[in-house]
Amino acid sequence: MSFDVVLRSIFSAAFLASVLRISTPLILPALGGLITDLSGAVNIALEGIMLTSAFTGVVVSAYSGSVFLGVLAGVASGVLISFVLGWFHLHLETNIILAGIAINILATGGTIFLLYVLTGDKGNSQSLASGRVPNINIPLIQDIPFLGRVISGQHIFVWLAFILTWLVSIYLYRTPWGTHLRAVGENPQAAETMGINVKRTRMIALLISGFLASFGGMTMSMAYLTIFQREMTAGRGFIALAAVYLGGRKPWGTLLAAILFGFADALSHQLGSLRIPSQLVQTIPYIVTILALVIYNLREQAVKRERRRKFQEQHMQSMASVE
Amino acid sequence: MPPIIELKAIYKIYPNGVMANKGVNFSVEPGEIHALVGENGAGKSTLMKIIYGMEQPTQGQVVVEGLERHFHSSRDAIDAGIGMVHQNFMLVPSFTVAENIVLGQEPTQRGLLNKQKAIDETIQISEQYGLRVEPKAIVDSINVGMRQRVEILKALYRGANILILDEPTAVLTPQETQELFLAIRKLVEQGKTVIFITHKLREVMEVSDRVTVLRQGEVVGTLPTSEATRESLARMMVGRDVLLRVEKPPAQRGRKVMEVQRLTYINDTGRSVLNDVSFNIYAGEILGIAGVEGNGQTELVEIMTGLRPSTSGNALVNGKAVLNKTPREVRMAGVSHIPEDRLTNGLALEASINENLIVDRYFRPPYKKGASIDYKQVAELGAKSIEKYGILTPDGELPVASLSGGNMQKVIVAREFTSDPELLIAAQPTRGIDVGATEFVREQLVKQRTDGTAVLLVSADLGEVMSLSDRIITMFEGEITGVFPDAASVTEEELGLYMLGIKHQSKEEMEELL
Repeated sequence: MSFDVVLRSIFSAAFLASVLRISTPLILPALGGLITDLSGAVNIALEGIMLTSAFTGVVVSAYSGSVFLGVLAGVASGVLISFVLGWFHLHLETNIILAGIAINILATGGTIFLLYVLTGDKGNSQSLASGRVPNINIPLIQDIPFLGRVISGQHIFVWLAFILTWLVSIYLYRTPWGTHLRAVGENPQAAETMGINVKRTRMIALLISGFLASFGGMTMSMAYLTIFQREMTAGRGFIALAAVYLGGRKPWGTLLAAILFGFADALSHQLGSLRIPSQLVQTIPYIVTILALVIYNLREQAVKRERRRKFQEQHMQSMASVE
Repeated sequence: MPPIIELKAIYKIYPNGVMANKGVNFSVEPGEIHALVGENGAGKSTLMKIIYGMEQPTQGQVVVEGLERHFHSSRDAIDAGIGMVHQNFMLVPSFTVAENIVLGQEPTQRGLLNKQKAIDETIQISEQYGLRVEPKAIVDSINVGMRQRVEILKALYRGANILILDEPTAVLTPQETQELFLAIRKLVEQGKTVIFITHKLREVMEVSDRVTVLRQGEVVGTLPTSEATRESLARMMVGRDVLLRVEKPPAQRGRKVMEVQRLTYINDTGRSVLNDVSFNIYAGEILGIAGVEGNGQTELVEIMTGLRPSTSGNALVNGKAVLNKTPREVRMAGVSHIPEDRLTNGLALEASINENLIVDRYFRPPYKKGASIDYKQVAELGAKSIEKYGILTPDGELPVASLSGGNMQKVIVAREFTSDPELLIAAQPTRGIDVGATEFVREQLVKQRTDGTAVLLVSADLGEVMSLSDRIITMFEGEITGVFPDAASVTEEELGLYMLGIKHQSKEEMEELL
């Protein structure tokens, strides 16, 4: 396949639809990462939560025959894990990074172990018939040329990712609880003296992040594929955290950053058909992540320097006016 | 009228054994501005934290408006109508002024924030009390004066009748200070009561109705401000019962070792911390800096030792410029430093005693052998230091964290003295260590000076400065206010007047003596 064929395929509706599909398991955990980051106790166990929920969802839906029960169980497992993390960090006062790493390792090994116990296979859940969440076709929109093919017919989690981004932004910026959460993250002492319970606020943030990340995990195993594979989240829980910072710690910014990473991922799939070593192509999403973060940080520093300079200038002036 | 706040026989003993308040009786009348003064460590802040519910008294009663209260958190105190403006502001930087004021009690409309109402209420309360703020400005972008007004409005928004202001002028420019005083008077006119913590006597005289002086955890006295003078208050603040005696032979002043020229430092918030500071230090003398803490001494030492960049000025050690050099370069020029905060700047707590003894010399012979460290030499130095400086430990390989405070300080003293310095800068060298260790450190300082080292001593303990120094300079608000070439002939009352900025020698008077 030649280069211009690849180029043309990138601008096709099918490709853009696949970008949205691939971005979804980044957007959902990234929203969770955003909320916890703003609360001051960043959840780095997103990866483990996604993996656990992906596994639980497949297993429960396969044994119960109900997609709904599978999703419910997947969510419950994600929330439970973040509760455990919160309990370790907030109640027992362990370092949240260490507790998070422990959970990630446990989730990797634990899912493989249980997979083996249940199916006798250490690689994937082929022998289980997982449920699949439904796709949504929207009568009017699907008839719009191009756009209809991009956004209609996506599975329910894609829609959920956008709806939840909207809800999260309302929660964070339009409700007292979200305001308290942001205050706790920025200056816990200030919040505490104003009667806001710092630990409870952080726990709630962690539980919400577990809820969101669990959907990310199930997107992988119950929508994108209908099978659980070992380590199938492949670092998405961490890339999601990168998206939070790249997105300027804002809900819609985070969504866009996650889509950028999704785009890089989708691109690497497309370029796989070119005669470039596949190992090189597969590094694209990660290189994009690193580049994006470097650029973001440089910009942040420049903004900070500027603000500091302005502040000093202003202050020197007010001092001069006294003398 | 009965007092609005009454503290009866308050004792506060911290878990580490420090007794911050010893039987304090303190009462505040409704509608007055009551100044609470005392040196650092006199127990002012502890007392206010007790009123504000952040600390619980070990013993004693807190009575607010006639009712005995037991506050478990500041929330309880807020509910009882008490508000406090802390020295370091408790604001959320990315929030707007209005958002900060209503934080925790946001007005809502059908579950969502009502931002307009928050702004309206901010404007209303700001106009009522004459505290000018911009409701929609982001706190990060407003100046310190306005931040302080936001803090006061926060307390008022929660219905505070009693306002505690903890050293409110420490961060303000003179103009902002005047604005604050106007605002305080207006608050009192509207029936509020203000407790004003400070150690600036000028401000006490200017703004307060009554004043209470604390010293070493005890109340020295409460009197109407009209009956007080700055001199009488200064005596009450710094007066000491015993002056310790240190045996020392007369000083043999040698050549000039360090010259500090027109040093100025403006900090990140734009405040001038050091202003045109110049002095010299000579071999064979101890130069003491006397001053209430927070008047620029800490920054001065940090700049002199390379821990902090200066804004302008010059500093020479034996004619070699050392300003804005790295701490290692400064040390290589012959300066050693006993830092004020030994746990952060003085020692690596998890490293061994021996390792701590060589951190300033591991990179040069005889401790460096090829690419690695000669551990035989290190062990030898360790054993010698432990013996000579009486560090109580079975083994130099043990972590420093295993030592008591006094012995930790001995490790620092051993390191700084064995580096054979030309100039020794000792900041609070005996703070928080036991009597025996204190005596030892003082003796060693005198010994160094007698052996011909130039010594700069910065201490919050006036008795220490007076008994050890040969020459004393006083600092107030980042400036040198006086120099006393013969430390033995000056009284603490006299020093107190200069330390608190009441008296000030002229530049011409000081020039010869610095």
